[in-house]
Amino acid sequence: MVIVHGVVVVLLGAGVFFTLVGSIGLLRFPDFYTRLHATGKCDTLGGGLIILGAIIYHLFQYPETLLVPAKLAFLIFFIFIANPTATHAIMKAAYKTGVKPWRLGEERR
Amino acid sequence: MITIFWVTILLIAVTMGLSLYRGVVGPGAFNRVAAMNIIGTKTIALLVVMGYYFERPFFFDIALLYAMINFIGTLVFAKYLERGELWS
Amino acid sequence: MKLKEKGFGILLTFCIMAVFWILLSGIFDAFHVISGLVCCAIVSIISHDLLVKGKSEKKIVKSLRLLTYIPWELWQIVLANIDVAYRVLHPKMPIDPLIIEFETTLRGEFSLVTLANSITLTPGTITILVDPERGKFLVHAIAKGPADALLVDQTMQRKVAHVFMETAVETEDTST
Repeated sequence: MVIVHGVVVVLLGAGVFFTLVGSIGLLRFPDFYTRLHATGKCDTLGGGLIILGAIIYHLFQYPETLLVPAKLAFLIFFIFIANPTATHAIMKAAYKTGVKPWRLGEERR
Repeated sequence: MITIFWVTILLIAVTMGLSLYRGVVGPGAFNRVAAMNIIGTKTIALLVVMGYYFERPFFFDIALLYAMINFIGTLVFAKYLERGELWS
Repeated sequence: MKLKEKGFGILLTFCIMAVFWILLSGIFDAFHVISGLVCCAIVSIISHDLLVKGKSEKKIVKSLRLLTYIPWELWQIVLANIDVAYRVLHPKMPIDPLIIEFETTLRGEFSLVTLANSITLTPGTITILVDPERGKFLVHAIAKGPADALLVDQTMQRKVAHVFMETAVETEDTST
């Protein structure tokens, strides 16, 4: 039981770490396109790891109901498909409207 | 174990506050739309952990529904910002 | 479309919807399950060609190969995020963004979507535009390393072409 708790703590900690890194990237990066790089990748994996930790906790704490882990697994699958699509959609809108990308050596925008 | 969930909820809320700064300041509409998309994704993870903290199994259905609403909302914003109108 | 391809489309849509119904409801009463199956049958007969378009051969082999492609992609996702985390937390922030354009010979709709999704989930690149007639991709890369991994190595295009049984040729790049 202690091993399962340890695994869940590690997964939740890694998920929160990646979510935090995504947020710090949103603040630190100098341009809109690079900010989308930070959030579109790190936040997807962070949320997925947190929900994966919750699934493993559920499988060992309440082993009777298997419907809830299946629902959460579908939620992970949906996040992994929906988040990159939304990132691509808003990046395409920004490119077509004429937001200029940032080069090394310019100032922040 | 319950304290682990409480600490996770607190940390996710802190990261949401950091993203809200970009949502307020960010010059232009695109930065704000990206920040709102990120806050929506973090809300889904927050709802799942809250479902285990308060021991109510209905939060998972709400999380699934909000994931779809957040996705559709971001797509509609992107389409509007690209074309200037929704239906032509 | 012939009846056989229509049959496969109807069956696939029906199976996906039935699984989704049972997953969301959680009640295994006789009344609920039967009414769910009837609803799924009606919906899949009416709108099955939203999911399965046109005709293509050997669908079962393609689905199995897609299942073997997913673990490699999950490993690439983990590598991507460690790379982005390193670039964010470094005190000097080593980024050097550039925009690349390349083309492939993948023409099927599903394979283009899979490749675009994989490029967005891999280290340091995001797709901006996809041209489905000529197979051109416009990609924004965050540094020189990940951009070269996409242009020069071309492991991802070869793997997606292997899954969907098309060919991927050499590409040219004009980086601006």
